[in-house]
Amino acid sequence: MKQSFDVLVIGAGPAGIAAALRAAECQRSVGLVDDNPSPGGQIWRGGVVHPNGGAPWLELLSRSSVTPLYETRVFDQPAPGLLFAEAGETLVELRYKKLVLATGAREMFLPFPGWTLPNVMGAGGLQALVKSGLPIAGKRVVVAGSGPLLLAVAATLRGYGAEIVGVCEQASWRNLATFATRLGWRKLGQAVRLKRELAGVPFYTDCWPLSAAGHGKVERVLVSHRGSPREWACDYLACGFHLTPNTELAALLGCQLENGFVKTDRCQQTSVADVFCAGEPTGIGGVELALLQGQLAGLCAGGDHSGVVELVAQQQAMRPFAARLAKAFALRPELTALATPETLVCRCEDVTLARLRECNSWREGKLYTRCGMGPCQGRVCGPATQFILGWQPESVRPPVFPARVESLLAAASHAEMNAETNLGTNAYRNSEMNAAMNANTNPGERS
Amino acid sequence: MSEEISIQVNGRAIMVPAGATVAVAVTMAGDVCRTSVSGEARGVLCGMGICFECRVMINGHTHCRSCQILCAPGMEVVTGKSGAP
Repeated sequence: MKQSFDVLVIGAGPAGIAAALRAAECQRSVGLVDDNPSPGGQIWRGGVVHPNGGAPWLELLSRSSVTPLYETRVFDQPAPGLLFAEAGETLVELRYKKLVLATGAREMFLPFPGWTLPNVMGAGGLQALVKSGLPIAGKRVVVAGSGPLLLAVAATLRGYGAEIVGVCEQASWRNLATFATRLGWRKLGQAVRLKRELAGVPFYTDCWPLSAAGHGKVERVLVSHRGSPREWACDYLACGFHLTPNTELAALLGCQLENGFVKTDRCQQTSVADVFCAGEPTGIGGVELALLQGQLAGLCAGGDHSGVVELVAQQQAMRPFAARLAKAFALRPELTALATPETLVCRCEDVTLARLRECNSWREGKLYTRCGMGPCQGRVCGPATQFILGWQPESVRPPVFPARVESLLAAASHAEMNAETNLGTNAYRNSEMNAAMNANTNPGERS
Repeated sequence: MSEEISIQVNGRAIMVPAGATVAVAVTMAGDVCRTSVSGEARGVLCGMGICFECRVMINGHTHCRSCQILCAPGMEVVTGKSGAP
């Protein structure tokens, strides 16, 4: 399947939806790609029982001229202006004049003894599952880790009838108090509402999980609270240590990163011509900032700069919030010692911390232990090894997500055809694609 | 919203609300999603298509991320509890 757009947006969360709508208002043809079955991203994920909070934007989207391309996952850019994606078993060729990357963020996971047990999930992970229909009424849930997401998750789960045993935030009370006193009225209002929804739920600061245990699934959690151990029985442990940006596709396209985030100018333009980036990949700043950045990117990609000055000003005004967020929820050094030598760090390839400690870098770890070589391609263990071992991530190679052999073959033959008409530049791409096929088609599988 | 559909998880019928993902059905069935290379049972982790821990076989297709696929009536899901797929 081949499709062509003036503006192609990757990611249908708040930033991507805002970008797509603004670009469509500029009379451009717009395609909106997401790997999930419906738009909204994680934050506006529709509940099967309760509706979600992004309704006005989703309503606008449904009435717009934007072409939805859901359950579609981009895995390579064979040439500027062209992306390859998979929709189920179909290879999709997406051509674009301007591209907006709104790939969002994922949860940061840290390994600790027992973190691979079933029913130990990400905080957002369990929230997503519950919104997707998992019955949670009467279940005991410990919510742990770091970041504002923990409270939002606890409130959602409680709304669905879960018994929240406790919310454990690793950040110090002092850091949180400083953060809270500088919240604007709007965010303060949100915080007060959350507090009301969580009335009676114990909230612990300076508190983090030490281990999880159980037969076949998690049954109890040991946490450290202000230096003392506490043990709780539970049915689920929802644990995430704030967010880490999804920058893999931007890196593949050659966009410059700065301190782990995609670098953009005031109009969300990246270092690569015609490629814009909005939302969490440019800095973890929350939904309001993502909406502003998405609108900016959409307008600039659409070629209408009339409203840009106002949006840039609003966006700049929100930047300090992102900086305060990062400072308040910075991970404490004690968390680097949660994993024991026997703890698995790479869940795809079952690599222990002891084996990784014999290596000196991410590359060495990959070569000698297969850490980061499984299907998640280091998306889970990469940030963890960066935090625990100080390893720096290395260059991203295609495919950015595991793809079917048939898709890779089709992509390779496409590159070959181009090489015939454009000798030289694409011959390199072709050899790279072949290498990726050999190495990556079925990563980590032993079945 | 309260409509329910039935799918097969490892040969057992599981009723899930319409709109539920396959990951929900597997978790409701009390089954694990896969067995790791060293033999550990694994369930859902990220719930958003990143970690691949929830991959299962759906209607004969292996390595499907169950957290991103909606249940459809009559769907047949096989998880890796016995080492396969």
